[in-house]
Amino acid sequence: MNSSAAPTDSEVVFGILNNSETVLKRVYVAYFPMVLQLIINNNGTADDAKDIYQEAIIVLYNKVKGGNFELSSKLKTFLYSVCRKLWLKRLNQMSRYGGDIKDFEEYLPAEDDTETNSERDLQFTKMEGALKLLGEPCKTIIEDYYINNMSMQEICERFGYTNADNAKTQKYKCLQRLKKLFFQQN
Amino acid sequence: MSELQLTELIERYLNGDLSEEERERFEALRRENATVDNRIAEHAHFTGLIKQYGQRVELEKRLNEIHQEIDVNALVEDLTVHPTWVVRMWRNHHSKISVAASIAVFAILSTLYFTGRFNKTTASNYTALSRKIESVRRTAENAQRTNQALLNSLKPRHRVSTPSNFVGSGFALTQSGYIVTAYHVVKNADSLYVQNALGESYHAKLVYTEPTHDIAIIKIDDKEFAGLDKLPYNFKRSKTDVGEDVITLGFPRDDFYYAKGYISSATGLEGDTSAYQVSVPVYEGISGGPLLDAKGNIIGIISGKQTKTESAAFAVKSSYIFKAARSVSADSTQNIITLNKGNKSALTNLSRTQQIKKLENYVFMVKVYN
Repeated sequence: MNSSAAPTDSEVVFGILNNSETVLKRVYVAYFPMVLQLIINNNGTADDAKDIYQEAIIVLYNKVKGGNFELSSKLKTFLYSVCRKLWLKRLNQMSRYGGDIKDFEEYLPAEDDTETNSERDLQFTKMEGALKLLGEPCKTIIEDYYINNMSMQEICERFGYTNADNAKTQKYKCLQRLKKLFFQQN
Repeated sequence: MSELQLTELIERYLNGDLSEEERERFEALRRENATVDNRIAEHAHFTGLIKQYGQRVELEKRLNEIHQEIDVNALVEDLTVHPTWVVRMWRNHHSKISVAASIAVFAILSTLYFTGRFNKTTASNYTALSRKIESVRRTAENAQRTNQALLNSLKPRHRVSTPSNFVGSGFALTQSGYIVTAYHVVKNADSLYVQNALGESYHAKLVYTEPTHDIAIIKIDDKEFAGLDKLPYNFKRSKTDVGEDVITLGFPRDDFYYAKGYISSATGLEGDTSAYQVSVPVYEGISGGPLLDAKGNIIGIISGKQTKTESAAFAVKSSYIFKAARSVSADSTQNIITLNKGNKSALTNLSRTQQIKKLENYVFMVKVYN
């Protein structure tokens, strides 16, 4: 199969489930122009298109990973519909929506499942802020341990702690602070 | 058990790092103590969030890397829906266009103002227009009136000197005394006389009229009349071009009159195709006089003039003389009129004065009594 052509819809689903880098790239490249066309011809910029499109790809990604993605329509239509909805929402927030959107593809009626997604986005934003406030070396310790799945031994060596207990204590304090920062944010 | 130790236990429990014995003890603790149970759930959720956040950041990083490889600018160029060039032109240059338009409007208005156009009221424009319509009609009337006038104004004078009521001109068609003149000259005639340049009068009778083309043919039926010499001129059947030099002769006065000019239009008043417009000074009384080209061919009969314009006269085309002559010939066996044709007449190579001298004998004053 030609790698530059749009992957089939089931290829995309399996690719995402298998964390396939190439499939992600192919699907991204294949449908970006469609979304770019939608955004730039409806009062948006190329950067807006990038934001919206990546958000839609993440929606797709989470749906597939969450196991609740059913290919009830074409993937292309799904992505277009999500982008369309997200862009309308964005336009409304910016008060730039004139009540008229120029469409280039068919689209699905809006569903409300992007709500849970934006709830999660909110938590991620809070987490990002909390991590930023946390400062070094706590941030790196937390990221290494909880995100990158490094062992305490590796962290110990990396930060030059004399024994694992010191590192554990440090990590515990860092986690407590992160929680505090996280829940302090509104 | 300290918080630190509890957290460590929870983590090891969630990671499945506890030994069988430790796990059983911890699960027992969890069942007894609701706080511990909550702590486990809370920890699992929070660390899960950290992990998901990390994955999201990772995904976004990957997407950004992919995005870097796309030539967005080229796509933007391709995918933008370009409005029509008019709209684009307006968007890009609307300020310039507006300025240009304002200047244009201002220029027009100021030109109109300075040329005094605004001083005229709408009402006067309206009357001007109606006057124009009026004037068209008046021109027509005038032409008619002029035709009359060419005769009428001579009335008083001739009433004194001669008993004739109208005077016009005419010229010979044949040696036998057929004379062509304008219909309006002889229209209401009770009796007709023709007088030549020498002052000799002969009685004549009307033999043919054609009011539509203002042509009449009369014949000298006087015993005194001895016939004419051979006609020096030919009759031109074809049309004569605009610009051609022409001469005319006639009797606006008792004396012979000569004028020269040129054909100024191939049609007469209001596009009348049966006549020429001739730029030649004419006076009343010349109606029915011949119109000749420079070679001495008869090309028309003077019939009237336009009052409004200087020296704009009308002449019926000579082809209608042919028609009239044919009609006369067809009507009777005796009255046969044969017109001289051909390109060269006896006048062709003569000087103007010699031409006129020759023509004198064939042009008549037509005197009308009623």
